[in-house]
Amino acid sequence: MPRFPPSLNSSLDLKSILQHLQILWYLFLMHLCLELCRIGLSKKAFEAFHIKDVWNWPWQLWNENWNLNIVHYIFQNLSLFVQVLNRRCVEAAVMTGLALNCRINKKSLFDRKHYFYADLPAGYQITQQRLPIAVNGSLVYSFCAGKNRSQVINKTARVKQIQLEQDSGKSLHDDLRSQTLIDLNRAGVGLLEVVLEPDMSCGEEAATAVRELQLILQALGTSQANMAEGQLRVDANISVHHPGEPLGVRTEVKNLNSARFLAKAIDYEIQRQINELENGGEILNETRSFDSKLGCTIPMRDKEGKQDYRFMPEPNLPPLLLYDTESLPAGADPQQVIDIDRIREQLPELPSVTREKLVQQYGMLPEHSFTLLNEVGLLEFFQNVMKETRAEPKKVTSWVLNTLLGFLKQQNLAVSESPVTPSALAELLNLLDRKAISSSAAKQVFEELWRNEGKTPAQIVSEKKLELMQDQEALEQLCHAVMEGHPQVVMDVKKGNPRAINKLIGLVRKATLSRADPTVIKEILEKKLAS
Amino acid sequence: MPLKRMHFQFCLQTSYKAAIKVSAALKQGHITPTELCQKCLSIIKKTKFLNAYITVSEEVALKQAEESEKRYKKGHSLGDLDGIPIAVKDNFSTSGIETTCASNMLRGYVPPYNATVVQKLLDQGALLMGKTNLDEFAMGSGSTDGVFGPVKNPWSYSKQYREKRKQKSHCENEDSNWLITGGSSGGSAAAVSAFTCFAALGSDTGGSTRNPAAHCGLVGLKPSYGLVSRHGLIPLVNSMDVPGILTRCVDDAAIVLGVLAGHDPKDSTTIQDPVKPFVLPSLTDVSKLCIGIPKEYLTPELSSEVRSLWSKAANLFESEGAKVIEVSLPHTSYSIVCYHVLCTSEVASNMARFDGLEYGHRCDIDVSTEAMYAATRREGFNDVVRGRILSGNFFLLKENYENYFVKAQKVRRLIANDFVTVFNSGVDVLLTPTTLSEAVPYTEFIKEDNRTRSAQDDIFTQAANMAGLPAVSVPMALSNQGLPIGLQFIGRAFCDQELLTIAKWFEKQVQFPVIQLQELMDDCSSVFENEKLASVSLKQ
Repeated sequence: MPRFPPSLNSSLDLKSILQHLQILWYLFLMHLCLELCRIGLSKKAFEAFHIKDVWNWPWQLWNENWNLNIVHYIFQNLSLFVQVLNRRCVEAAVMTGLALNCRINKKSLFDRKHYFYADLPAGYQITQQRLPIAVNGSLVYSFCAGKNRSQVINKTARVKQIQLEQDSGKSLHDDLRSQTLIDLNRAGVGLLEVVLEPDMSCGEEAATAVRELQLILQALGTSQANMAEGQLRVDANISVHHPGEPLGVRTEVKNLNSARFLAKAIDYEIQRQINELENGGEILNETRSFDSKLGCTIPMRDKEGKQDYRFMPEPNLPPLLLYDTESLPAGADPQQVIDIDRIREQLPELPSVTREKLVQQYGMLPEHSFTLLNEVGLLEFFQNVMKETRAEPKKVTSWVLNTLLGFLKQQNLAVSESPVTPSALAELLNLLDRKAISSSAAKQVFEELWRNEGKTPAQIVSEKKLELMQDQEALEQLCHAVMEGHPQVVMDVKKGNPRAINKLIGLVRKATLSRADPTVIKEILEKKLAS
Repeated sequence: MPLKRMHFQFCLQTSYKAAIKVSAALKQGHITPTELCQKCLSIIKKTKFLNAYITVSEEVALKQAEESEKRYKKGHSLGDLDGIPIAVKDNFSTSGIETTCASNMLRGYVPPYNATVVQKLLDQGALLMGKTNLDEFAMGSGSTDGVFGPVKNPWSYSKQYREKRKQKSHCENEDSNWLITGGSSGGSAAAVSAFTCFAALGSDTGGSTRNPAAHCGLVGLKPSYGLVSRHGLIPLVNSMDVPGILTRCVDDAAIVLGVLAGHDPKDSTTIQDPVKPFVLPSLTDVSKLCIGIPKEYLTPELSSEVRSLWSKAANLFESEGAKVIEVSLPHTSYSIVCYHVLCTSEVASNMARFDGLEYGHRCDIDVSTEAMYAATRREGFNDVVRGRILSGNFFLLKENYENYFVKAQKVRRLIANDFVTVFNSGVDVLLTPTTLSEAVPYTEFIKEDNRTRSAQDDIFTQAANMAGLPAVSVPMALSNQGLPIGLQFIGRAFCDQELLTIAKWFEKQVQFPVIQLQELMDDCSSVFENEKLASVSLKQ
């Protein structure tokens, strides 16, 4: 029975020791699992059956009293199947391999990996141990460092291999009733496992690399790569060693369901290992799980003892053969073969290229291009605003990244949930651009738009009388009145106090209910003061 | 009425011989599918003591018969198999019908889908009479090691065998001297042999279809690996499993194969090329044929009777003008050991899914998951299955993998190459014995354990599985004891049709006698007697 991880007696205080980390110690190796399939239809990677039939099959609970209930059991009657491969999964693997600069193996093999676990219905997992579909690639990621995070540093993590696998089910441990529930909905779904070489040395690097991978997968359409939903899962293998010495014994950390937890878990684990070693202990080659509440890693008790996975070739799946334009057999049915070159041609634009284009096209700062891509839907929002506005790209960038994103973050909304549409923002920026309103008025209009009462920016401006005063005469009169009302300030200006004029400008603006352009006010005031 | 009755009797008489003939009778309206179905059901009841069936799907069969009858009335028959009763080994998944593999582990398991081969037969209008008995998870060569008990060979009760026994005047208790069917598809063989159906599906991993066919006087076909889908066949050894066909004549086997063969998107190992339905030609001239006699198959354990029939068969081909040559398959002696390693390794892997969680048996122990697995598997599997799992896992251990599994795979390649070399040298088909001897009494058979028996009994058959070649056992003659002896033809990969054509010629030459079961039927069936069908149908 997989047991629920035991809770720790005391929380660990690490802050005091985290300091001598980067220089002396390194961590390495990460396995990243990511789910490939997007939606229903061809959901199972290795199982060919009509999904409809499966859903019609009733739910069944086994022995109510038994402490290992099957919650949902698609597989209950179905894993006696021989397996077949889902074409879509192979294509997705090739796409991902190409996007990660891998060499695609034209022949790859499938193996069975055996172990008993309650959520593994067949008693083995089909994977690619000997000859995976893609090898020797690289994942280039950049992260912002330095003051204001304005320095962009490029890093490369080598991709060891990409392999096609079958997912297992999901065990849910109910500690209260000491039972384990098993959800087999995802069992048999295709997984793409990306194995990275030990090229990363801290939690933030890992989190950034994973984020980049996420963006690549989303761009490719091979996965929505949502970590919280388990569409992208990361197992981190961590070890520490002194520079110049061989890599240390590694531990594997599982249960990492967000990039933030990944970074936290890695940093915690590095520190734990250092402490352990410095106190004369040793690191066990074990699997640990990350407890997000306690912020620490805990050994997983159910994987005690060394497993012999008893690998053997999967007899039901013949070698997977891929072709390129040269090797494509003449007259081959396109439905029966996969042409690597064709997939390469159809590869969509990758995030690094998109960012470069943004920098070139709009003169955007590189760090801004990162932010634009990192928020789901933000780039599209930005581009839609750009289409409809004459405002400067820099202005648009600033409004989208500061104002809009600030409001979204404050209310914890996704870009798609924004009450302000791209068109509305574009209209607002147009008003600002032709100086119809002041920037402070624009902020006010934005707030009104955010309340989402169905009004256009122009309507709000006219209702709230926010347009700038274009009437020069009226403005001159106002200036005159202000000067008359504050002779002392006028005297100060005339005495040569350069800051005194700002006070006058402020007073005039106040009198116009902030509807006048300060530069125009200043011009009038200066003229009047000089006369 | 007398005329109609006569027709009916006549057609039954012929139909007992072959599905192909009863099919003609159905088309001509001499008999209706329902009548045929009911007749078979009644024979199933009379022969219940043979233990051929685990589940008899009477209602399903009658309903299918009714529908078939409607089609015949409208003149829209689906083909040769429409309305023909068939049986299926209980390791093929059948939608809504319990599928047990003769194991406690799967007792009560009702699959939600049909195996592709079952579906194909049903799509042709065949009537599913039931699920037949076998060795647990098809591991065995006697059909004696299933949880539902051993299958009895119908020939134990044949006139031919009984008369010979009387001559020898042994005064042993007759009942305790019944013979085994061979296996593991013994239930299917007994079902066809005892006239409860016209064809049955077996499975063939190391000879499990051909072995009982030889012991029960039937045609047993193991098609080329990849020609017939394994989807829904509960796996034993994925790289060798093939659905097998058991019939009373070669033509019937060809009809069934024609229906079953072809690509299945649910089985990646099936060939993509379309398979054309085939009608076997009647060969008249064998002078262009080259028959290979592998010298390594002449083992000391081979009984003198089988040996002399083998040589008689070779002479028969030679006398009709065929070229008969001795050939060598030099790696034959390693084959059975190699088979053992590969078979148990895949068995260990395939049996891993039976952990008590997803389907089938689960024990009452709930201390821990591991304890539950262990107890479930101990209770669910018999000694044979557990023994194979144990040795298979041993061969797959990291430290043993290279020394056992990888080496066995290499030897397997050599064995397959032996066949390629022989066939490339111009040999059309190999002629070998199917079994070492005729069927033995159960009491005799169980003196050796399952592993020893399997090693002995698979000796001539498993090489075809290792190489993926088509092979067919054809009954040749009765032994001195009055029991059937079959010989095996092995053909080139995917030349199943040619193989069957030669088998058909051979079948015609040898004129193997029909089993005479009237004593059995008399003893057990007054109904049968009343309808005067037994004598009519079984005379010959």
